[in-house]
Amino acid sequence: MSTVNPAEHVSAHPAEILAPAAWGGLSFQERMATAEFRIHHQAHIVVDGSVCEGCSTRECIVACPANLFVPTSDGGLVFNHEQCFECGTCYLVCNKEGAISWNYPEGGHGVVFRRT
Amino acid sequence: MSASTTDVDVIVVGGGPAGACAALVAARAGLSVVLLERGPFPGSKNMYGGVVYPRILDQLIPEWWLEAPVQRWVTRRSTMLLTDTQALTVDFRSEAWGKPPHNGATAYRPDFDHWLAGHAEAAGAQIITSTTVTGLIRDAQGAVIGVRTDRPDGDLTARVVIACDGVNSFLAKEAGLYEHTDAKHFTLGVKETLALPKEVIDERFGVRGRDGVDIEIIGATGGVNGGGFIYTNLETIAVGVVLKITKLGAQQQRPEQIIAALKQHPAIAPLVQDGELKEYSAHLIPEAGLKMMPKMTTAGMLVAGDAAALCLAAGIWLEGVNFAMASGMYAGETAVEAIAGGDTTATGLADYQRRLSDTFVLKDHRKLRRAPELVLSDRVQHLYPTMVANVVERMFRVDNPNPKPGVRRILAQERKRAGVRRRDLLRDGWTGFRSFG
Ligand SMILES: Cc1cc2nc3c(=O)[nH]c(=O)nc-3n(C[C@H](O)[C@H](O)[C@H](O)COP(=O)(O)OP(=O)(O)OC[C@H]3O[C@@H](n4cnc5c(N)ncnc54)[C@H](O)[C@@H]3O)c2cc1C
Ligand code: SF4
Ligand code: SF4
Repeated sequence: MSTVNPAEHVSAHPAEILAPAAWGGLSFQERMATAEFRIHHQAHIVVDGSVCEGCSTRECIVACPANLFVPTSDGGLVFNHEQCFECGTCYLVCNKEGAISWNYPEGGHGVVFRRT
Repeated sequence: MSASTTDVDVIVVGGGPAGACAALVAARAGLSVVLLERGPFPGSKNMYGGVVYPRILDQLIPEWWLEAPVQRWVTRRSTMLLTDTQALTVDFRSEAWGKPPHNGATAYRPDFDHWLAGHAEAAGAQIITSTTVTGLIRDAQGAVIGVRTDRPDGDLTARVVIACDGVNSFLAKEAGLYEHTDAKHFTLGVKETLALPKEVIDERFGVRGRDGVDIEIIGATGGVNGGGFIYTNLETIAVGVVLKITKLGAQQQRPEQIIAALKQHPAIAPLVQDGELKEYSAHLIPEAGLKMMPKMTTAGMLVAGDAAALCLAAGIWLEGVNFAMASGMYAGETAVEAIAGGDTTATGLADYQRRLSDTFVLKDHRKLRRAPELVLSDRVQHLYPTMVANVVERMFRVDNPNPKPGVRRILAQERKRAGVRRRDLLRDGWTGFRSFG
């Protein structure tokens, strides 16, 4: 996985194409901003881009509810762990051994759902 | 292992409803109990639809309804069948459910789980938050004797470990209790919590005071097999969908897109209109019931709640919190007896399986064992809603000067038009009758 800034490299992503402003008027970023994430600098999920190169299904891109797997214009993939729900969908739908190494974040970090 | 050589009697991993009840029972019996939770407080990582069915708590917290952090008492339950342009609703109300001991209650999980874990703490369990368990400690024979955590010097030993670590249960997997993990057995739940004034919710959903509504929706998830839900809290509503994760990629549909489409449906839009998004959230559900359940015990360890795939997800039923609370309670009781008897081997802990088998925990799963597959089948998901809605539409349509057609003819015609074979319909009807009847 390269360390490039995802924002500079993303091509049009399904989440932006498929969820236009007309649907609720919220961008995906605004949607994610409603959940609290206590970000740890160390990534709890690491994606090995070299394994992804041979992947034809790329199901993670569509299935991740936080939209963290982003295709790049050169056919690659960038992953950012910061706004992750820690749900587990990605490692389950990924059928390439070794592409995703998945752990929970360090205690006290990651998503925090709100109390009233 | 004797008490003198372990740090504590019981380690509970996970502060969800399963873990809180396991710790509560063990601590009340006088054992030393540590509950480890990776979130900053119990409930902070936990999300669901939301309705809790708390009657099992009668056995642990008498008159729990006086103190539980409930949003509304469910007095109205609807099941909706949607097509793109039609909706058929079966609607039920009960005054009785608004009064103790109640039936279902909407509640926020961070509130509810925090409250329940507070009872375990009051009973003497030590709750350690912001601590992720990273693995098991085993003796030379393979028996579980403790856990590793991500704290410095974070190893902790116990006579019994109760794994209540939820749907991904890395502890049950590490202990070899799952034969394999199959993505087909999981659904992804995504939810929007939408703020609306209380009076608006009361008016739109036809309730008053603390009364609330639970709506289950079939046919609302496009090409992705699953279901939808709407629940009323006091000043928010929860709108969400549950989706077969293996279908998302195949259909190239994203989760939030499917919620957006549901919210635009003509029967749903008036209910959710102007709701301001307060929180978007996601979590997995172990959906396949008996088909995916692991072995529940191994030497030194018990598994409860979603970690043991005990969630009951069968279409119009989505119950997991009650199954988690009950299995946690039975795991706690089993640990207490095994420790008292000095045998925490797999044999000493075997009574857990019996407790699950003799109670609703496994009885309901056995009764509904065919339901998850039936409800998520392509016919129930994609063909039957259209067929049924068209039959009802034609029965109610006044097509003068034509006379009313006979019901049997409509049924036969609509079955054919929807492309449903009579044989399949009869078989599914029979499966449904045996499951739900
Ligand atoms: C969208 C959706 C809708 C649902 N709707 C309903 C509903 O309406 N009614 C209902 O009854 N059920 C519902 N369920 C199911 C219900 O949420 C679960 O069955 C229930 O939460 C299971 O409780 P549990 O205690 O077993 O697990 P969880 O509630 O998941 O708790 C597990 C706990 O363990 C902690 N943990 C995990 N791993 C570690 C680790 N390594 N170290 C330390 N801590 C750890 C987690 O942080 C968490 O607090 C729904 C589920 C979803 C996803
Ligand atoms: S599904 Fe797995 S292998 Fe394929 S792109 Fe996603 S992470 Fe990589
Ligand atoms: S765990 Fe869930 S939210 Fe996090 S990256 Fe994987 S699919 Fe996305």
